[in-house]
Amino acid sequence: MTKLTFIEPSGNRREIEADGGQSVMQAATAAGIEGIAAECGGSCMCATCHCLVCEAPGGLPEMESDEADTLEFTAEEMRETSRLICQIEVTTEIEGTVFKVMGR
Amino acid sequence: MPGTVIIGAGHGGVQLAASLRETGYEGRVRLISADPDLPYHKPPLSKSFMKTPDAPLQPLRGEAFFDQNDIALDLGREVVRVERERKRLICSDGSALDYDKLVLATGTRARKLTVPGAELDGVHSLRTAEDARALRADLPGARRVVVIGGGFIGLEAAAMLAARGLSVSVVELAPRLLGRAVSSITAQTIASYLEGEGVSLHLDTAIEAIDGQNGRVTDVRLSDEVLAADLVLVGVGAEPMDELARDAGLVVENGIVVDEFLATSAPDIFAIGDCVSFPQVHLGCHTRLESVQNATDQARSLAQTLTGTPQPYAALPWFWSDIGAVKLQIAGLAREGGETLATRSDDGQVKSVYHLAGGQLVACETLNSAGEHMLSRRMIAEGITPARTVLETGDTAEIKKAYAAVKNF
Repeated sequence: MTKLTFIEPSGNRREIEADGGQSVMQAATAAGIEGIAAECGGSCMCATCHCLVCEAPGGLPEMESDEADTLEFTAEEMRETSRLICQIEVTTEIEGTVFKVMGR
Repeated sequence: MPGTVIIGAGHGGVQLAASLRETGYEGRVRLISADPDLPYHKPPLSKSFMKTPDAPLQPLRGEAFFDQNDIALDLGREVVRVERERKRLICSDGSALDYDKLVLATGTRARKLTVPGAELDGVHSLRTAEDARALRADLPGARRVVVIGGGFIGLEAAAMLAARGLSVSVVELAPRLLGRAVSSITAQTIASYLEGEGVSLHLDTAIEAIDGQNGRVTDVRLSDEVLAADLVLVGVGAEPMDELARDAGLVVENGIVVDEFLATSAPDIFAIGDCVSFPQVHLGCHTRLESVQNATDQARSLAQTLTGTPQPYAALPWFWSDIGAVKLQIAGLAREGGETLATRSDDGQVKSVYHLAGGQLVACETLNSAGEHMLSRRMIAEGITPARTVLETGDTAEIKKAYAAVKNF
């Protein structure tokens, strides 16, 4: 189990315990985190799982070009810390990461 | 107060329930669906769900979400009648449910083949989780598959089945794949990709019959050839589930007819998603679109209307299809008789096809070019058309520069 924290659009802070073998987006939607529509289901298509990474004690895997390209033109302006969380796999290395939900 | 009742818990129905709560709707919200599964993503059914025998459905939202947001989920319950005057629904178990506002988000059903043998065991369609489970259970032991229909679902499945090492044939009535959904150059590029993956394509070919033995499919008979088959997947399009609306006397024509606020012809009844014919602002006429984007954006728009800030629905359509390693993305809607500009990557592969109508950029198809797709969505939505000479480069950085120059002018 990997502990992850989400700051929902309302400012509400929620901690979840996520199983490995799924994406951060899948873990977040299963736990009912608000503001993540994830309407393409993880195809790196819709940018509705856009989050800012506030803290990443163990670092995060690098972005692939699809993710970077999709983020560059998303509705919510891309920032330095922007990620599409459907493209990040839950592993023990990302324990303690804090995501701020941007949504669409 | 009985609140809002939504029939159909697909992408549109679930998004509407979520958006109602996000926009502060305080009434009761009930989602009713004949489908017994926790609402799930449909696109993965033809892909990741088939990968392993126990791959789970991908829920649209976790169960926790429905609880937290006080959304009543009424799964495995079928509504059989709408009583408009009494504002209530009658279910197949005889129970009745009242509503203040009713939303039909009933989606589509797979069109059935009418040729002899279409009812044989081993002949599948792929629309719901139930369909997907049946197909998946039938895969072990299958060697030769015939896919009937060269549309998105058929081609996604064909690529997935070929990747599993099955011998796959696709039979399409039209002379090209993907009908009018994409340009011929994109269709041709996808055809070449599939052939490279070992899929055999039979275009311009009609099915005469599906033959079987002991109730199970053995082959598919074409006009000029017989294809042996252990398994047949039928992907010949979908039909709107508009019976409830029709029986209730609502205007129905190629789907449930709604206005720009997604209101049907009857008071307090709305409809969204694949099942509706709506005034499409970019085309300037009523049309019906089958896509996740259309369902979810209509849901967001309707949530605004139901919470007192009506907004006409005007979102730009976009689509995607993962066909094996090819990510096809479409922004906007091409027009008949428009002009097309194709760009290629360094290795000569088609990368994007821009559609212009009257000099205006109206649509763009991309193949594994996500940045160009996202940029096109913006340009089309904002009515910005870079010079042809710039579009032709297919260089996202150049196109972005041209877009920014107009935007900041």
